[in-house]
Amino acid sequence: MARPEDDDTGVVSVATMEIIVAALFFAFGALVMFDSYRLGASWASDGPESGYFPFYTGLIICVSALVLLVQGLRQRARVALSFVEAGPLRQVALVFFPALIYVGGIQMVGIYVASTVYIALFMVFLGHYTWLRSGAVGLSVGLFAFLLFERWFQIPLPKGFVERALGF
Amino acid sequence: MEESIRCARSVHARPSLRRWVTALSTALVFSAAAGTTLAQAWEPTRTVEFIVPAGTGGGADQMARFIQGIIQKNNLMKQSLIVVNKGGGAGAEGFLEVKNAKGDPHKIVITLSNLFTTGLSTGTFDWTEFTPVSMMALDQFVLWVNAKSPAKSATEFIEQARAAGGKMRMGGTGARQEDQIITVSIERAAKVKFTYIPFKGGGEVATQLVGGHVDSTVNNPIEAVAQWRAGGLRPLCVFDDERMPYTARVTDTMSWNDIPTCREAGVPTDYVMLRGIFMPGGVTPAQRDYFVGLMRRVRETPEWKRFIAEGAFNPTALEGDAFVKWLTRAKEEHRGLMKEAGWVTK
Amino acid sequence: MDELQSLLHGFAIALTWQNLMLMFLGIVLGVLIGVLPGLGGANGIAILLPLTFTMSPTSAIILLSCIYWGALFGGAITSILFNIPGEPWSVATTFDGHPMARQGRAGEALTAAFTGSFIGAFFAVVMITFLAPMVAQFALRFGPPEYFAVYLLAFCSFVGMGKGSPWKTIAAMMLGFALAAVGMDTVTGQLRMTFGSTELMRGFDFLVAVIGLFGIGEILLTMEEGLEFKGRSAKIDARVVWSTWKQLPRFWATSIRGVLIGCWMGVTPGGATPASFMSYGVARQMSKNGHNFGKGEMEGVVAPEVAAHAAGTSALLPMLALGIPGSPTAAVLLGGLLIWGLQPGPLLFVEQKDFVWGLIASMYLGNIVGLIVVLTTVPLFAAILRIPFSIIAPVIIVVCAIGAYTVNNAMLDVWLMMLFGVAGYVFKKLDYPMAPMVLALVLGDRAEDSFRQAMLMSQGSLSILWQNWLVGSISALAIALLLWPFLAPLRARFKARPGAA
Repeated sequence: MARPEDDDTGVVSVATMEIIVAALFFAFGALVMFDSYRLGASWASDGPESGYFPFYTGLIICVSALVLLVQGLRQRARVALSFVEAGPLRQVALVFFPALIYVGGIQMVGIYVASTVYIALFMVFLGHYTWLRSGAVGLSVGLFAFLLFERWFQIPLPKGFVERALGF
Repeated sequence: MEESIRCARSVHARPSLRRWVTALSTALVFSAAAGTTLAQAWEPTRTVEFIVPAGTGGGADQMARFIQGIIQKNNLMKQSLIVVNKGGGAGAEGFLEVKNAKGDPHKIVITLSNLFTTGLSTGTFDWTEFTPVSMMALDQFVLWVNAKSPAKSATEFIEQARAAGGKMRMGGTGARQEDQIITVSIERAAKVKFTYIPFKGGGEVATQLVGGHVDSTVNNPIEAVAQWRAGGLRPLCVFDDERMPYTARVTDTMSWNDIPTCREAGVPTDYVMLRGIFMPGGVTPAQRDYFVGLMRRVRETPEWKRFIAEGAFNPTALEGDAFVKWLTRAKEEHRGLMKEAGWVTK
Repeated sequence: MDELQSLLHGFAIALTWQNLMLMFLGIVLGVLIGVLPGLGGANGIAILLPLTFTMSPTSAIILLSCIYWGALFGGAITSILFNIPGEPWSVATTFDGHPMARQGRAGEALTAAFTGSFIGAFFAVVMITFLAPMVAQFALRFGPPEYFAVYLLAFCSFVGMGKGSPWKTIAAMMLGFALAAVGMDTVTGQLRMTFGSTELMRGFDFLVAVIGLFGIGEILLTMEEGLEFKGRSAKIDARVVWSTWKQLPRFWATSIRGVLIGCWMGVTPGGATPASFMSYGVARQMSKNGHNFGKGEMEGVVAPEVAAHAAGTSALLPMLALGIPGSPTAAVLLGGLLIWGLQPGPLLFVEQKDFVWGLIASMYLGNIVGLIVVLTTVPLFAAILRIPFSIIAPVIIVVCAIGAYTVNNAMLDVWLMMLFGVAGYVFKKLDYPMAPMVLALVLGDRAEDSFRQAMLMSQGSLSILWQNWLVGSISALAIALLLWPFLAPLRARFKARPGAA
């Protein structure tokens, strides 16, 4: 039986990705130009204004994005190279989305608790370790980080209700 | 109470939850200390954050870390105090954090002139939104020129600037902040023009002057004293209403006290920079009084006195109403100067 | 030979048991600080500064400067092992260091990096010992136009880094410039591209971008290839140090260039980061193996490390001799000097002989102690790669999050890090070159500031960039470097012709 990560159906082609990224670049360049124009993008009597360099930076981004867009469209017509296959994409998503949730967790329950839980769950679900081992690794990393930052280096990191209940 | 519970369930529970815990612990302390006054009872219950609305290594940062060192060395506080730099957007970041921490007694902030300048130019905060604790000292500004400059006095310097017709280069730290405000004040007082060139830090400005890349600066004493003693710079006048009180020789021939005020040298301008401590708004008087007392004890240490003398600070320290009065006036002066220069956002 | 005598006197001061212990402690702390991204040398020293108020100034500066050396050494470790630069100046080390680790040569890469660092620092200290006053005078000649010329030089030495589409190189580089411009403009104090957000006022920090692009991006790529680091099978052996040392003498020319670039950039506050990029760029263009750079070439590890350490060390010289900090860390140390009652500046060498020469002697000793400490840890660090990926990956993500947060104590930076992580993944797969983008992000605003300061000085006239021999020759050198990639094939053809005829 084929494992799910070996699934090699192409999800998206390289050309499509090229087009998407070029379009994003264009949008970003346009945004930069817009804001710089608002600030003043000309060359005043005492040198360039605040928006001068960013404006032309934005302009160059837009121009190169257009070129890349055209190249992408032409490539799309000729070759169909796959950017990523379904299996690997699933693997990437397995790391990326939990990581996003982890970052959200930092904001809610503080970095130490979130890290402990995140490491433990990662090990259980992706590494197939036992709950006991995973919990032990997660807890020791969380505790070590806590001692290192809060106690020794005295750098305050985001904390949640657990630390607060303990009086920090 | 109901509001705090509701908020505690939402994602942004931190401030209200904290307030709730603080309220709870205050209540506990109150019941335990029934009979004694609350004012004596408050003490920090956890680590206090000391916010510096500027980058590491600058004047405010140095002073904050020095205060932290004094507190630690002399055991003035049971909980620890940690310095956190939040210098983004000319300090707006740090001040906004304090503004948003309304009612949190475990945060204090050290201010420089950006309490007024950044507040006015970005329109995002005002000193009345914070609780003033105390003024620790005032930082002086001195008009410096390169030792090779032909100008021996402020009057000669102004003559020279007038003759150059706006081409004299004045170096300073940052844009639309204290150094540029002073430059604009001189321009107004003496009816001259300068080309103001902003740099990132005070030390850099002093070196640019020694290297002859700018013609004059308004550095703080501490930023320029090393170059003065080495014979690279010449002080012309100090922007305060009286001379600095330090009479010990700094160079072979001069002490800080020998520098005339700009007013007596014929340039009627003065400007001093606040080095003060604030708390977030909405803290109790007892909480404020704790830090007022703490800072008073800091100022009594010999280390502090030495620091103040070496940096040639104006040793004025104010608390309570006198401080509030000073702040009100300083804000209006800044508003006036900045409005005229067109830097106020509204 | 006054200096030699003073130096010996300095050794007498620095060589006490107590001070040697402090050196050891400082190096170990520094390596730890350097390993954790975000917790840079400047932060680390600022945090420990208050602890030193009770020490004698000489002991205190020995402890703090050793933390600084340790952080310089330590920055390379995560760059090589996980593609996460622990410090800004070790970004260039990732370009060849991490590919080496993936080929199972982590031990070699670490040894090369540490030894390179030591060589750079050693020659910089020699320069401080014998040339301090002269060099300090030279540093004073640098005003805004000269700075701009130096930044231009750094960019030009790096041109041609991207091998793929030139349009992608341009787009990526300009993206770096645009991101660098976000926040408050130094010259006018206006807010650029913040769109009313106070969080954006502080701008995009280079480290946050780099942790995301390189660190998170690398993890996503590794995931895609299946849950493994290829370095797993690497043989870890203490002898790797010796076998690497045997190969290092080949890179003498690269090292000399690295030392020169580093010392120069350190003294004129360009700093260690541009120095490391420049040295890498120049080595790539000059080396016989230049075409192999980026694929795991040891020379590509040595070049940036030598320069970064030479710059980091010589940055202390303007601080001591002029009272201007050459780097943020030096700025914090400078604050320390004032607190201990010492006045940095031209007179420090005259008035505080014991302190200055004790410090210089401790630079020699601290670097030797540092090299020994970090070399003994090479097998240990290389062994980290043997930990299964499903344990180390979440830990790396945690470390990245902490690193991104501590740069500015801001949660937004952690979210941005994730965003940059996706960008890093996509850019890598589509061959958008990241090196020019990172260089633009780190130097873009500084280059713009000095250009506009120069324009204010000259009332808007560009001729200020050729006004004297110094700025003129740097500008000329920059243009020569820009043209080098075009000149090299010409020269090769010129050489080949007589042989063919």
